[in-house]
Amino acid sequence: MNGTMRFLRRVAPQIATLAVVLLLIGFVFPGFFDLSFANGRLYGSPIDILNRGAPVALLAIGMTLVIATGGIDLSVGAVMAICGAIAASAITAGYGLPATLLMALGAGLACGLWNGVLVAVVGIQPIVATLILMVAGRGIAQLVTEGTILTFTNDGLAFLGSGNLLGLPTPVVIWLSMGALVTLLVRRTALGMLIEAVGVNRRASMLAGVNARLLLVTVYMVSGLCAAMAGIIVAADIRGADANNAGLFLELDAILAVVIGGNSLLGGGFSLVASLIGAIIIQSVNTGILVAGFPPEFNLVIKAVIVLVILVVQSPAIHGAGVLFSFARRSP
Amino acid sequence: MNARMLPFYATVVIFLIAYAICYIQFPAMLSTRVIGNLLTDNAFLGIVAVGMTFVILSGGIDLSVGSVIAFSGVFIAVMLRDTSMHPLPVFALLLSITTLFGAAMGLTIHALQMPPFIVTLAGMFLARGMAYVLSVDSVPIVHPFYEWVQSTYWLMPGKGRLTLIGGMMLLVFLAGILLAHRTRFGTNVFALGGGVQTARLMGVPVARTTVLIYALSGLLAGLSGIVFSFYTSAGYSLATVGVELDAIAAVVIGGTLLTGGSGFVAGTLIGVLIMGLIQTYITFDGTLSSWWTKIVIGALLLGFIVLQKGLVGLTGRSAGTAGGR
Amino acid sequence: MTSGQASTLLTASGLTKTFPGTRALDGVDFELHAGEVHALLGENGAGKSTLIKCLTGAYRRDAGDIRLDGASIDPHNTLDAQSLGIGTVYQEVNLLPNLTVAENLLLGRQPRRFGFIARKAMNGEGREMLSRYGLDIDVARNLDTYSVAIQQIVAIARAVSLSGKVLILDEPTASLDRDEVRMLFDVIRGLRREGLGIVFISHFLDQVFEISDRLTVLRNGRLVGVRDVAGLDRLQLVNMMLGRELAEETRDHGRTGIDYAAEPRIRFSGTGRSGAIAPFDLDVHRGEVVGVAGLLGSGRTETAELMFAAAPKDSGSVTKNGKVLRLASPRDAIAAGFGFSPEDRKTSGIIADMSVRENIVLALQARIGWSRRIPRRRQREMADDYIRRLDIRTPDAEKPIGQLSGGNQQKVLLARWLATNPEFLILDEPTRGIDVGAHAEIIRMIEELCANGMSLLVISSELDELVAYSHRVIVVRDRAHVAALVGQDITTDRIVSAIARPTNLEAAQ
Repeated sequence: MNGTMRFLRRVAPQIATLAVVLLLIGFVFPGFFDLSFANGRLYGSPIDILNRGAPVALLAIGMTLVIATGGIDLSVGAVMAICGAIAASAITAGYGLPATLLMALGAGLACGLWNGVLVAVVGIQPIVATLILMVAGRGIAQLVTEGTILTFTNDGLAFLGSGNLLGLPTPVVIWLSMGALVTLLVRRTALGMLIEAVGVNRRASMLAGVNARLLLVTVYMVSGLCAAMAGIIVAADIRGADANNAGLFLELDAILAVVIGGNSLLGGGFSLVASLIGAIIIQSVNTGILVAGFPPEFNLVIKAVIVLVILVVQSPAIHGAGVLFSFARRSP
Repeated sequence: MNARMLPFYATVVIFLIAYAICYIQFPAMLSTRVIGNLLTDNAFLGIVAVGMTFVILSGGIDLSVGSVIAFSGVFIAVMLRDTSMHPLPVFALLLSITTLFGAAMGLTIHALQMPPFIVTLAGMFLARGMAYVLSVDSVPIVHPFYEWVQSTYWLMPGKGRLTLIGGMMLLVFLAGILLAHRTRFGTNVFALGGGVQTARLMGVPVARTTVLIYALSGLLAGLSGIVFSFYTSAGYSLATVGVELDAIAAVVIGGTLLTGGSGFVAGTLIGVLIMGLIQTYITFDGTLSSWWTKIVIGALLLGFIVLQKGLVGLTGRSAGTAGGR
Repeated sequence: MTSGQASTLLTASGLTKTFPGTRALDGVDFELHAGEVHALLGENGAGKSTLIKCLTGAYRRDAGDIRLDGASIDPHNTLDAQSLGIGTVYQEVNLLPNLTVAENLLLGRQPRRFGFIARKAMNGEGREMLSRYGLDIDVARNLDTYSVAIQQIVAIARAVSLSGKVLILDEPTASLDRDEVRMLFDVIRGLRREGLGIVFISHFLDQVFEISDRLTVLRNGRLVGVRDVAGLDRLQLVNMMLGRELAEETRDHGRTGIDYAAEPRIRFSGTGRSGAIAPFDLDVHRGEVVGVAGLLGSGRTETAELMFAAAPKDSGSVTKNGKVLRLASPRDAIAAGFGFSPEDRKTSGIIADMSVRENIVLALQARIGWSRRIPRRRQREMADDYIRRLDIRTPDAEKPIGQLSGGNQQKVLLARWLATNPEFLILDEPTRGIDVGAHAEIIRMIEELCANGMSLLVISSELDELVAYSHRVIVVRDRAHVAALVGQDITTDRIVSAIARPTNLEAAQ
């Protein structure tokens, strides 16, 4: 149908970029696409990419919605650390798995609520408002872990980071389901349209009866929830919570994923699928550099080059120069 | 009374109260020895925060500085290890690199009309990546010049040591204060923070000023890297992660409006000292844990941001165009 | 006060400027003498600001000639115009609120010693610049610590010191109180004595009559006329501005079918907010169109915003069918069956990046709630239906509304509210800036809607239009409702005289 075509056209640049990256890796490392099935799950580099990319993919889901409202959430890395720390300390304190997850996810929602209230009710710029939790969050996480790397042995919790489900690593299943769930939520309800409306023109949306304030708070809470899930996965994977390093700089990767996904930083129309492909592109570059035998040191340099290319292509100062990533932009 | 001065006074009062509390509990904290250490330990942060103050005053942000400091350390260490150059020409070379790097970011921001946030994010990746490329491992610096600098200090009354790098920070602050508040360039920086469009209409050279601001930030990040290499006697590509956040926090706690257009370089010095004081207090206390630093800084940030939000609301006019781009 | 021989300072002839879809200026001539205050009048969209922007280089003109002191000039931007001698001061003071007064006055040319700014000299120079205008303030304080009036004078001082021949004042008095206006006028008179040519733009006719020597009226991008203010009749001026056709046919308002004896559908009692609009009472009946007339800045838009709870009221109550409504936000108003199409389509109406379909369903969807999404097919049907019924010219419903012409955007906004099936619809300037065809269709829609029992409140500066469809016309002047016309009294003459009535009556209030 028309909608399917529109969707394909929207994500085509991202899919093309991903294909190019993967082909390049496959070219230098021919065995790259080999998959094998053992111990009840798939193994292989592509699966590895999906698995390693889980935290950024999860963060990108919430970040996409936040950016669609014209905001930004700098605190997600720190929220990951907080929620990972809470999960680890709750499970070691003897709480059951459901209670532990509830506490960790609840903490994520609470962090999101805090950000959302600062942005929507107090009226602080998103970048400034979320900076506060970005700075204080790691301290709070260290407070929870009391400065140590808090390890745990609970297999149930560890399953979320390193187990298998339906033949795939659990984190892959989690982010794919979360991505599908949120996509359904915003596209099967009117949320997606209302978020876009607020992102494009908050005043006009409010005059049309959109509850912009509530919507903004919700979006930051979703971002907090996604960060909590990412934090739990990272902690579960290493069977411990590292308040210092968990989620470090991942807020930047998440923003990058959203931008690679062709979503305008000014807000408005968004595509979750494109952001998720963006997250996988970032992870493919990381993995690709590794398997291709380049020193990992080049990783950041290449990322910088990617950002620069996007900058040039997205720039309002260079009209029509690029068609790879075309963005609906409006005059300020 | 100028309401814009209020955050600055608040900073000063908070610093004095904090110091008084410290003094009551640990009288030793008033010694020049502690003060000397406070200056030395925070020298690199102070220097980079001066550059950040200019950037933020203009309504921008520079996320690259932490990486630039790390790059500087590695660059110096590798150059001293692999060549027979004296540190001074290495410094000169380094400072020109970081200044050009900053200028390039400023030019990108202006020419592409993109948010400073995302441009300096690329700069952050690039500088950190170049540091990795130079060396992944920590490279020790052994040079007579380093030993000389590290052992040179001015013995203050009370046996406190004002080291060269501590003194260097104070000099940078002095220069920063003059540049921000006593030159046409400084006024232009404030003008950009007050509103780029209006500034342009009033004849402010927007392009030149933007490039110069980020070049200055790059220069000071390079200088901070030099100071940091004196402080640690090594260059390590994983060092100074997140220093850009500390610098931003120091600037805001120092009473500068995070959205630009209002603030004081001198306030940033006090902001840096408040942050150093919290750390010193925690060290003195012995039972408190280091993470309280971050939490207290976060709380201070919140307090200042809300205070400024209130002030802007009080003096706000409908006509004021928001700063930044 | 004008010197005997009028020497021409600035002339513009045949100025033309076209934007996609509209001709904003169409061969306009303009002449300014040295030592005169020349008012530039016209409703929104008349071309005043386009003319100013062409004179100051903010826009490049398509055709026409500008001469200053007899020499042809072609300013490329406002800085360029300034150095040629043309300075501009806007209603929204174009200075930097975060700098000191002295810095604002001398930005870019601060006195220096050894490369550093000489603060004392700068402040001294600033004080001296202001003393010429009778202003003695602490120039070392930030600009935003002073009132808008003082900021205006600072802006004038800066502009005059940089340009010195022509001073353009664009709505300088819009946010000033009476004493402040007097202070500003003293400054303007001083500059006139010194031989500057001053262009004065204002919507306040009293002020125009008080300060100006001559005036030029524009309408729809064309020159209507140039008059000496002395001896000019106010009524004649308002007629020039609003462009009334002399021969007119009033509709028969006798047979409206409105049951005025019945309880009004919506009743506003004592609704007002200080500084915006004085408390007013207003009843709106079923099937009634209430027209609101008044010049720009009279309080007409504030009336609409207060009714829709888009701005908080500080007095009064609203009832619907006799029941008190609690309206705290537009959401409440919409839930009560209100709709509001605002005056500024671009910033408050359209969601530019979104499709025509999404713009149409937005208000209905917001009212239904986020969880019950209107099915895509239903959205398409609604959109196609309204596109057909309102004759919205768009290739399809998926085109971003920002790419449509103003008239079609207006129709989409109308469709947005019709989709919610409101009982009371407020339209603020629904026909502004749209082409003649769309104009007629919107008027037809208004008549059709009220025939179907909807209540409407329509704000418009097109008096003929108001006369044609209103059952009652409220006249707003100086932020108060000053007259209500019904039945045979609804004529453009009556409206114009109510708008133009000099304000000396108010002094008694």
